[in-house]
Amino acid sequence: MSAGPDIHDYLAELEDIPGTRVFTAARARRGYQLNQFAMSLMKPENRVLWKADERAYLDGWPLSEEQKQAVLARDYNRMLDLGGNIYFLSKIFSTDGIPFAEACSSMTDMSFPEYRQMMLEGGRSPEGNRSIRANRAAAEGKA
Amino acid sequence: MARITAGVGSSHVPLLGVAVDQGKTGDDYFGPIFEGYEWTREWEKREKPDVVILVYNDHASAFDANIIPTFAIGTGERFKPADEGWGPRPVPDVVGHPDLAWHVAQSLILDDFDMTIINELDVDHGLTVPLSMMFGQPTEWPCRVIPLAVNVVTYPVPSGNRCWLLGEAIARAVASFPEGLKVQIWGTGGMSHQLQGPRAGLLNREWDNRFMDLLVGDSQEARRIPHIEYLRETGSEGIEMVMWLIMRGALGRATRCLHRHYHIPCSNTAIGHMVLEPAQ
Repeated sequence: MSAGPDIHDYLAELEDIPGTRVFTAARARRGYQLNQFAMSLMKPENRVLWKADERAYLDGWPLSEEQKQAVLARDYNRMLDLGGNIYFLSKIFSTDGIPFAEACSSMTDMSFPEYRQMMLEGGRSPEGNRSIRANRAAAEGKA
Repeated sequence: MARITAGVGSSHVPLLGVAVDQGKTGDDYFGPIFEGYEWTREWEKREKPDVVILVYNDHASAFDANIIPTFAIGTGERFKPADEGWGPRPVPDVVGHPDLAWHVAQSLILDDFDMTIINELDVDHGLTVPLSMMFGQPTEWPCRVIPLAVNVVTYPVPSGNRCWLLGEAIARAVASFPEGLKVQIWGTGGMSHQLQGPRAGLLNREWDNRFMDLLVGDSQEARRIPHIEYLRETGSEGIEMVMWLIMRGALGRATRCLHRHYHIPCSNTAIGHMVLEPAQ
């Protein structure tokens, strides 16, 4: 039997993808309460409380002030930075009545109509989107 | 003896469930997706499997962030469609096969796969959308279903090779079940998609199709694809494709492709679908 990949190398590579927060253990730890808060919105009675007073509902959870502000602002990239995972965060935009694709578009530099058009035309190309290191090396090469 | 007669790979995008439930499967947007499943719906009517072992991932429905099983098998009598935040899908309850499920669970543990066993489990779109794609809208699902949930959310998720080996072990477990059952194994999820961050919307038609190529015949290459390649090439949620490797591993040394379909896009996702059978 061979040993698996070195955990440090493995984790370092996961951080090399442009515009992406891979849901590592470090993020899962940081975002545990944020994700559990989002999960709580699956219950109809909790959705009623949440809609009545978002701030008061959030104050019932042991979140950092940063996390609370990111949720109130519906800043999904910030929530990802603070340990959120999209499958959990989807409970927030579902409660807002926003489709998945529209929520995805809000994390990009596109409007929802622009994003939808990109998807119809075959989606975002992996070209130039594979590696932060490779992009940096290419930029330095040109300079 | 029970035996695995075929494998099915399929995306499980939630919007496909919405299209079925709202009668939109023939419109301009969804029509080309559903046409690619027509062959399979007819084939399933002829095949009449007794049991489907359905490999899928839970999307923060039955499991929250508290307990994260890498591989979990549903041993219950019935599984209800999950309320994913807008009420459960109007689809039949999923009827399990506890005898076979417990047999597989015990066999896998003796075969060095330390499974999590789940008795009560609400099943989300990851499981019910493939059933709708393959069986349409019956009042009862035409076969028993054993849910097999895989963690593909919190890293590290299982390696492709581990998934393939699990598939091989499932095939051994099924083959030692005394009843003469026809068992299919379905691997679901994918194909390329990314639902988060500034890179959201990434799709990769070329890579997805090469992946499907690798599942046909006797190639062993797909089991060696590292996580980082899925992430770079197919988006952060493309990693779900490791679940197809459990299906492929269960089909033995070589496979024959009976049907194949690919379509871009469905919402944020590339749709892939294939039907394989063991070719010994």
